[in-house]
Amino acid sequence: MATVQKPKKACTVNPLKMSQPMGGAMAMMGVQNCMPMLHGSQGCTSFGLVLLVRHFREAIPLQTTAMSEVATVLGGLDNVEQAVLNIVKRAKPSIIGICSTGVTETKGDDVEGFIRLIRDRHPELSGVEMVYVSTPDFKDAFQDGWGKTVAKLIQDLTPERAKGAPRDMSRLNILVGCHLTPGDIDELRGIVEDFGLTPVFLPDLSGSLDGHIPDDFTPTTLGGTSLSEIATLGEAGVTLVIGEQMRAAAETLESKTGTPFVLFDRLTGLAPNDDLISFLAKTSGREVPAKYRKQRGQLVDAMLDGHFFFGGKRIAIGAEPDLLWNMAGWLTDLGAVIATAVTTTESPLLAKLPVETVLIGDLEDLEERAKDCDLLITHSHGRQAAERLHIPFFRAGVPMFDRLGAGHETSIGYRASRNLIFEIGNLFIVNAHEPDPDSWRTDHGAAAHTRPETSSEPARMEAL
Amino acid sequence: MTSLANKIQDVFNEPGCDKNQGKSDKERKKGCTKQLQPGAAAGGCAFDGAKIALQPITDVAHLVHGPIACEGNSWDNRGAKSSGSQLYRTGFTTDINETDVIFGGEKRLFKAIKEIIDKYDPPAVFVYQTCVPAMIGDDIGAVCKAAAAKFNKPVIPVISPGFVGPKNLGNKLAGEAILDHVIGTMEPEYTTPYDVNIIGEYNLSGELWQVKPLFDELGIRILSCISGDAKYKEVAWSHRAKASMMVCSKAMINVARKMEERYDIPFFEGSFYGIEDTSDSLREIARLLIEKGAPAELMERTEAVIAREEALAWKSIEPYRARLAGKRVLLITGGVKSWSVVAALQEAGCEIVGTSVKKSTKEDKEKIKELMGQDAHMIDDMTPREMYKMLKDARADIMLSGGRSQFISLKAKMPWLDINQERHHAYMGYVGMAELVKEIDKALYNPVWEQARRAAPWETKPSEMFSEPEPELAAPTALAAE
Repeated sequence: MATVQKPKKACTVNPLKMSQPMGGAMAMMGVQNCMPMLHGSQGCTSFGLVLLVRHFREAIPLQTTAMSEVATVLGGLDNVEQAVLNIVKRAKPSIIGICSTGVTETKGDDVEGFIRLIRDRHPELSGVEMVYVSTPDFKDAFQDGWGKTVAKLIQDLTPERAKGAPRDMSRLNILVGCHLTPGDIDELRGIVEDFGLTPVFLPDLSGSLDGHIPDDFTPTTLGGTSLSEIATLGEAGVTLVIGEQMRAAAETLESKTGTPFVLFDRLTGLAPNDDLISFLAKTSGREVPAKYRKQRGQLVDAMLDGHFFFGGKRIAIGAEPDLLWNMAGWLTDLGAVIATAVTTTESPLLAKLPVETVLIGDLEDLEERAKDCDLLITHSHGRQAAERLHIPFFRAGVPMFDRLGAGHETSIGYRASRNLIFEIGNLFIVNAHEPDPDSWRTDHGAAAHTRPETSSEPARMEAL
Repeated sequence: MTSLANKIQDVFNEPGCDKNQGKSDKERKKGCTKQLQPGAAAGGCAFDGAKIALQPITDVAHLVHGPIACEGNSWDNRGAKSSGSQLYRTGFTTDINETDVIFGGEKRLFKAIKEIIDKYDPPAVFVYQTCVPAMIGDDIGAVCKAAAAKFNKPVIPVISPGFVGPKNLGNKLAGEAILDHVIGTMEPEYTTPYDVNIIGEYNLSGELWQVKPLFDELGIRILSCISGDAKYKEVAWSHRAKASMMVCSKAMINVARKMEERYDIPFFEGSFYGIEDTSDSLREIARLLIEKGAPAELMERTEAVIAREEALAWKSIEPYRARLAGKRVLLITGGVKSWSVVAALQEAGCEIVGTSVKKSTKEDKEKIKELMGQDAHMIDDMTPREMYKMLKDARADIMLSGGRSQFISLKAKMPWLDINQERHHAYMGYVGMAELVKEIDKALYNPVWEQARRAAPWETKPSEMFSEPEPELAAPTALAAE
């Protein structure tokens, strides 16, 4: 059980957090033929665009209402209207996803009202969906914006369904949190399909930001969840929910359509994947395929091989709540100690973390508290801290702008869990300290007991 | 806000800019950038521009007063390099919350300045205004003044909230901030007849260091570079330079022009992109210094260095000229530097099939015409779809642009080179030109293009499955021959 600490500083130094509308816009990118748009100054969009381009190394569709100072004061109806008309003319999207920003929320623009007015004035827009999400920059964080957006997509686009209407039990909705990569979605799709079930992901970044090369240029998103798939979410037998941040979206779907949900707060490591596979076996009524029995064995073996290197290791993690929960969970399963945890926003998971305290803070806090740690885990902005601390650094989360393949990093399922053990375990091996004659010497002449695990590893390996 | 409105009007009236002076009063009042198009806009805001212009000052703390978006989504993403302090790469923000929006963020800002000074003790703190605090009426000028008095340290307000305009306006408002609060506030230990300022150079990828050795060799001291690899004190004493070179076109023309007015420092607009431009710039620096009293022999030494460096540069480019001859380049830049890059590419034997002039001045366009001929293909506003089509149809062999359009090129399976501010290669001066040519050659002749364009065997007709790839799927040279 952890104590959750709130920040006491006036100045955030080296932000860990990114803003809510960015999370909202990225969720919109998982919807097919969508043009996400931020209602704010054009800088709000430009920063987000550069950030996601550098992370995914893909063209990012993201537009702006380009609010000027005067428009901000007078209200943004004209800008939203013009933006919608321009986007429809230039990009022909099926849906425009609008997220608010700090500027337009401070003014208090009633965007839902704007949309109604625009629809009245422009009946020709009847074929284009417009979904608005309130995501002020000065509240909450990236994963909150993502979660709210998915809930709003369901609220606006999935029709209510009569109780007791027949369900397609072979269909499975999967609501995924923003801590899952396009690679994770592909991995999960494969697993679900192997049980003969048909998954519908929302959002589905695996179609839009997985780095494939299309035949033609599209200014909107490529791939992603189609509007008809969103409209028929209520017909599925059950909804699989990955990440606590998706609870509100799942509840919205359940209350509108009666579709029950099962929530997995993490999918890295042995136990959660055993639960997932059992769930799929039960839902599909099929035997667990041999492939997964084999993968499970390999994961168990990797855990046995790896535990020498993970046991007692002190780890510092800076991540959004769901990613933090996932990382902290599987690392603790291997005997590592989460010495420091810093996160971005509130979540019911924080109090349950296997740490003493978790701080809603920044990378300066993480760096200060990670001094005696063996590994630093956070997004790419942790690179400066890792350099100064001289400890190994594993990148996790968004943004990951200084490595290739951020979209294909995979951490869910038996196979990816196994690979993650190897990847991080290898970091420990590479960075193990070689003993020298002074390793155990202290000022008062007695042998030190500071870091026995590091130096005794080679001996244990030989003993094996 | 009235003072900001006045400031903006002030920078919109730029005697140093011919285009601006050619306008009527009414036109001038509207400013020098086109109205932003909602739903079709790209590019940064005024805050972004201000940060780009000043963040390269390495030893100060850059504190962004606003919600998390402004700094959290953008910090540590610019390529300016430092030879010393890394403090400029630390992200500082007040990360204001809902309560601050309601009750005002001034107290938090003051506390934030105090925390920074207590923990990092920088020679100065730069405080950037953003949209939300500007809307709720946080008076950052007053807070900075109070903090400066209390902590006995320069605290500089940079009043350029995003919604007042585009990036370019932010560059200028940043210039105004240092003119008002920094330049002229300190004195150098000594001066020489060879002291110059370089204004509007941000040392991206360390480019300044590609030309600094030449300055060093000539005994010309860069008293202050505004703002690439600059220390606070260097900017503060830049008013003691004998001459200024203004690079990056009009971005910081107000700084150069006002320093001429206030401190009698003559300036010229020059570029270190391209061999001839570099030579011209060196000559111009020498000429201005001599005019201001430096010994005339400086010009002879400058000419000697130019002659040697040009010969070396041509020699290093020579092996590539045959390989690059006739290669068609589509050049999409911010526009300001278009003509200098055009000259450089022509030196390497490339043909420029189009260049963007969206942000170029009339003068810039004239220079492009001069270089490329009357039928120069100047692109005012090209949609991504058009760029894609141009590349896909192989009407260009390579695209040079900023990072945001790179995927248009790559998805068309055509070579691309980054020439924007996030790039990782330095292209300035004589050595930089050779580097650019080398990079273009590397991009064009990389074997991936042929492989990427080849369709999967099962996607071609069965009869062709094991035959040679079709000609248009082969090499860039084959495409060029069409």
